[in-house]
Amino acid sequence: MLEAFTEFFRQLADDYPRWNFIFFHEPRQWARIVKGLQHTIVLSFACVIFSVIIGVVGAWMQSSPSVWIRRFVQGYIQFFRNTPPFVQLLFFYFALGQFTPAVTGPDGWTQVPLISNIGWAIISLSFFAGAFNVEIFRSGIEAVPESTQEAASALGFSRLQTYTDIVLPLAFRVSLPALNNNLVNLVKTTTQAIAIAVPELLYQSVSIWSDYPSAQYPTMILLFFSFIFLVGILVFGMSRWERSMRIPGYGG
Amino acid sequence: MLNRKTIPGINTEPQTRFAVLKPFNATAAGEPEDLLFSRWLASTPLWVWAILIGFAIVWPSLSFAASTYSTADAFQALLRWIPFIVTGGFFFNVIISFFAMFIGTVLGVVLGLMQISPAFYIRWPAQIITQVFRNSPWLVLLFIVLLALPYEIEFGDTVIRIPDWVKAVFGLCLPIMANIAEVVRGAINSVPSGQWEAAESLAYTRHQTLWQIILPQCFKRMSPPWMNWYAILTMATPLCSLLGVEELITLSRQAIEAENNRPELLVPFYGFALLIFFAYCYPIARATIALERRFAVKL
Amino acid sequence: MSHHEWTDDQPIVSINNVHKSFGNLEVLKGISMDVMKGEVICIIGPSGSGKSTLIRCVNALNDIQSGSIKVEGLEVNDKDLNKLELRKKVGMVFQQYNLFPHKTALENIMMAPIKVLKQDRAEVEERARGLIAKVRLQGKEGAYPGELSGGQQQRVAIARSLAMSPDIMLFDEVTAALDPETVKEVLVTIKDLAEEGMTCMLVTHEMGFAKEIADHIYFTDRGVIVEHGPPATFFDKAEDPRTREFLSQIL
Repeated sequence: MLEAFTEFFRQLADDYPRWNFIFFHEPRQWARIVKGLQHTIVLSFACVIFSVIIGVVGAWMQSSPSVWIRRFVQGYIQFFRNTPPFVQLLFFYFALGQFTPAVTGPDGWTQVPLISNIGWAIISLSFFAGAFNVEIFRSGIEAVPESTQEAASALGFSRLQTYTDIVLPLAFRVSLPALNNNLVNLVKTTTQAIAIAVPELLYQSVSIWSDYPSAQYPTMILLFFSFIFLVGILVFGMSRWERSMRIPGYGG
Repeated sequence: MLNRKTIPGINTEPQTRFAVLKPFNATAAGEPEDLLFSRWLASTPLWVWAILIGFAIVWPSLSFAASTYSTADAFQALLRWIPFIVTGGFFFNVIISFFAMFIGTVLGVVLGLMQISPAFYIRWPAQIITQVFRNSPWLVLLFIVLLALPYEIEFGDTVIRIPDWVKAVFGLCLPIMANIAEVVRGAINSVPSGQWEAAESLAYTRHQTLWQIILPQCFKRMSPPWMNWYAILTMATPLCSLLGVEELITLSRQAIEAENNRPELLVPFYGFALLIFFAYCYPIARATIALERRFAVKL
Repeated sequence: MSHHEWTDDQPIVSINNVHKSFGNLEVLKGISMDVMKGEVICIIGPSGSGKSTLIRCVNALNDIQSGSIKVEGLEVNDKDLNKLELRKKVGMVFQQYNLFPHKTALENIMMAPIKVLKQDRAEVEERARGLIAKVRLQGKEGAYPGELSGGQQQRVAIARSLAMSPDIMLFDEVTAALDPETVKEVLVTIKDLAEEGMTCMLVTHEMGFAKEIADHIYFTDRGVIVEHGPPATFFDKAEDPRTREFLSQIL
């Protein structure tokens, strides 16, 4: 079965040189694609997790009584949402990357930077999307009426219990649509990590088509549909989740 | 004396409706949703930028206190290069954004109108195209267009080379097209259906109704999100540097290389890049919000 | 005095010369009242007279600047007050119901006993179902607040407070937000409670209802108690001109 599959694409490449689906009949190229896909998924996944954590913590810090903490968070948000994420990546990797210490690498004798380019991509993109998430969660928390929190405290809930059992679940539900938009945008933005040579799917595709010009169109098609597929899964999953989290009797 | 205030439920109507959840009023998710970027940009307090500039000045001096290459040297280098970076680089960012916006808008309006067509064989492909280009990463589209477009076109005897920045224009106009199509569709759908019915009862054809009744009303609704997308597009133009297009970031890099790749230069040069984008997009964002507010009152 | 010294023959709620300001605005200017166990008292008065603030102070939702509020001997105006102790004794129902919209009616009732009092889930559920029946909402256990009418939501809110087994119930204009046709069902529920001997403090504009169930009526205006007495004497023989004007306006 697999034999016939690879054979078909090898034959196709022979008959039509512009349609060399090289990754379907050459295991090394296939491995590159798989590795790229892995990196894209890892990058997306890590950034989604960290940006949501940054969002929750930042929203909590924005309700801090200290004006300096609030200003700090505000400054962070303004910086990251008003500058291109692409320039942020360059800034983090090239400008800040200079100052991180180097450690001995896994081979035992070379010096490698403490934070790899993937690490910087995760940091930079998480802070980028996190800045949006802070605002999204803060608005969600503000949508929970003071009186609902009062009712909880009249029932003996402590401040923390009110936050975790009442405010956060409600705020989260209200924020979901905006959060989903932002996370979809984040997954699309992970491609920009190519700027600092993170070997994600776009990077691998570009290297395949520069190594094998005959594979340009097939790789392009694969790349395009992989992203449509990835984003499609995310959009689909998120909207299913949104629907299941909907509060009966309100909205929609 | 008795306080003669109104007492709900007694001498006035009782308040019977209580929102259990207040409206989700995010600058992030306010209506119309497409405006979030402009709203944020416009709401940036100027002190944030003052701090950023201060940071850019202080950073190198802190980090390289021991170095012989001082902050002053770094900024002198920046000053030397600014004319080159701006006229040769940022100028192209602006040019690319203009053309991409123009083409994207024309295509987007067509696509948006197709999406509300009563004929399913027009509507469906339009919807699919819109969703595909809205949901694919801008960078992927840029790369694909760069590869798919030929280097040169032959018109009989004359051979026209397509410069890279023109390819970038085509790459960037695709996501703009899809998003403008959504703006158009949203604006048309936001016109109350009574308008269509009223026009129909006055014997307007569908075509006449659309162009004479509906679209003139949509124009006001569409212009703020349209400007918002322009700002987002401008912010995306540095991506073209990955394709080798000569624009702000590409030239900044070349300038840094010409100055022997001194690490002290990274912060001032990239900081300047951030700043010039801000200086360009901030007034647009303010205007967008002002426009939106003015229209919101009139509508 | 700590709370275990309190006995039944002393006032269950004892309010003594309470002052409360919001910024420069003084809303309570020396209020005193005693409520005995099993008593039902109604606080009436024009809007902005401080009556809601007063009962919110009893539950420590608002703090007070001076004076003393004792609930079963527990001093509310105390920085080291154990609020949980207080709130186990005092239940409160709000004008806006304030149900938790993401939980069903039954879950709304069960939440606090399980999360706050750490009681056994099965036991709490049994009690919650009993409370649903008590407020006549059988069949609505699985409904979410957004799917219930205002009157139904308010009855769930009452059941939710009762689930904490309080000794005192506070009602803050609980019918003011309701459609006229659902007011009655809520009032009937409160009346049932009062007849069972629950100590109740109500802020209300329903004069007929106050007259029927209250043991004692307080009329407040601009932060002071102008006049108080049992309903019979209060409504028919009010002495203060402010009370009379208020009553003539609304009766």
